[in-house]
Amino acid sequence: MKETHLADRIFGWCLRFFALASMALLLGIVVMLFQQAWPILSQDGLSFFLSKEWNPVTEEFGALVFIYGTAITSLLALLLATPLSIAVALFLTDVSRGWISKIISVLVEMLAAVPSVVYGLWGIFVLAPLIRDYVQEPLANSWGDHWLFSGPPLGIGVLSASIILAIMITPTITSVCREIFNSIGRNQREASLALGSTRWEMMRISVLTSSKTGIFGAVTLGLGRAFGETMAVTMVIGNRNEIATSLMAPAQTMASLIANEFGEAVSSLHLAALSGVGLVLLLISLVINLIARWMVRNEVRV
Amino acid sequence: MKLLAAILITTMAQIGFASPITLNGAGATFPYPLYSKWFSEYRKKAPDVQVNYNSIGSGGGIRQFADQTVDFGASDAPMTDEQIEKVSGKVVHIPTTLGAVVISYNLGDESSVDLKLTPNLIAEIYLGKIKKWNDPLIQKINPGAKLPDRSIVPVYRSDGSGTTAIFTDYLSKTYPDWKSEVGQGTAVKWKAGIGGRGNEGVTAQIKQTKGTIGYIEFVYAEQNHLPVAAIKNTAGQFVSPSVAAITSAAQGKLKEIPADFRVSITDAGGKKSYPIAGVTYLLVSTELQGEKGKKLLDLLRWIMGPAQQYSAKLSYAPLPKSLIHRVEAKIKTLKVK
Repeated sequence: MKETHLADRIFGWCLRFFALASMALLLGIVVMLFQQAWPILSQDGLSFFLSKEWNPVTEEFGALVFIYGTAITSLLALLLATPLSIAVALFLTDVSRGWISKIISVLVEMLAAVPSVVYGLWGIFVLAPLIRDYVQEPLANSWGDHWLFSGPPLGIGVLSASIILAIMITPTITSVCREIFNSIGRNQREASLALGSTRWEMMRISVLTSSKTGIFGAVTLGLGRAFGETMAVTMVIGNRNEIATSLMAPAQTMASLIANEFGEAVSSLHLAALSGVGLVLLLISLVINLIARWMVRNEVRV
Repeated sequence: MKLLAAILITTMAQIGFASPITLNGAGATFPYPLYSKWFSEYRKKAPDVQVNYNSIGSGGGIRQFADQTVDFGASDAPMTDEQIEKVSGKVVHIPTTLGAVVISYNLGDESSVDLKLTPNLIAEIYLGKIKKWNDPLIQKINPGAKLPDRSIVPVYRSDGSGTTAIFTDYLSKTYPDWKSEVGQGTAVKWKAGIGGRGNEGVTAQIKQTKGTIGYIEFVYAEQNHLPVAAIKNTAGQFVSPSVAAITSAAQGKLKEIPADFRVSITDAGGKKSYPIAGVTYLLVSTELQGEKGKKLLDLLRWIMGPAQQYSAKLSYAPLPKSLIHRVEAKIKTLKVK
């Protein structure tokens, strides 16, 4: 082995320490949450995840309502954000390459820099009244009895929360997609043009088809962000602990529940249940992020 | 070199002398507007004391007090016997002020109605049993009022809160089924409506959405010019919230206030009493120590005296005189080690 300078070695050890510390931090959070949640997990076992009842007064706690709320708002957000993000990314890489592209690209990334509480305020004061007056009221008048649209038009609820989330995850998905589209070689594009394909066919065949996994990864990354989003969702979702089939109904996500109830939770079982919900949220987010990273990495390398 | 050291030491001594003693408190959001006024006024009166107050919620206040991470806690709900046991009984509840929870509403643009409500109506609206504003039961209490044919949307606090505790305590006392169907607490399982975060969240919902009804702290209704309902009290009178009506409620309960001051003043007797009112407390340890302990006692004495005059301006009610005397006597029994 080469003899190294003492300072170099100390520096190396420092870096190693910090790298390990970040790992220990994550592990510590998981262990701590598990420990805090243990009273409810040991008492209720699996039924903690499957019960719909959440009643702090009688100390019955089940996380299903919030797992559902998180899942439904995130999935709806993906449904809205994915086509939009792919279209924007395609525009940036294959349609416009001049200054318009630069401006749009900066603007989209700026969306990610808006603090989520600002999204929340905008949601309450601008989006919710718009949705109520122009979407929900007409729907309630014509389709009001349908399970998907039942309930009074409030503006806030599942639909508003999903739209806010969609806006918030669009920059994530767009920028990852743009990277992936850029990583596809020029010659692949030129080859398909040379074979006589139109511009759209070129995009479809040589760009979209070959980056399927990458797009999926980008979307999953967006899903990870949507899962954990707290403040904006709390402000527009209506915070109701119930499984709602209607797009107009208020609901509650895992993150918004913790934000809502942690401050005033006094009984130890209530705190344990909130930690339990936090643990579920953390583990799901970790898994989603790992999957997404793995997919994107494989793609960009090709 | 010596000179330099001497200068350094004297400067440090001076800084040490000039830097104020910090009292850290945390807890209730309900009295926060008043507390922040109090503590900034107190700074002017006693420049050597700096009070930091974090309005993290009553539950958090009790937790932090029990963990001894703060010098005093603050809570709208008195600590339960179980919680007091956790701190081995070493806590004194100091009532500081009285506040009201008011019922605010938005009937829509067509009508401006001075709504009257009974506890039964409030409970049935929040249980989802009364669904429309023009329900005959509401109309009966408000003869002549133009009530719209609109769905009622009850708004509640989605975050755990002392405001919710006072509101549900009141309904548990006045509506028989409330206790079994919902119960009392800082966070409960609601049967109908939507949740807003914080007083400001509920206020925003009421302002925004037609057909809403919600319970908020008095000062928020005042500042946002929201209409508030007159509530029927035990004497059968409809009383609108006011500082005088809150003090009257406390006076109605005065005899029932035990030696440790842990009391609920909802549904108080007396013709002029507003029935949804609450006491808010500072939680102080019985084992005060050192300079901090002395300063804390000074602060408590000031709160029982000159501070009370600031309450009414912020829609809180000052404590009744006789209660102040009792609290002052209690403060005298606190010793600093």
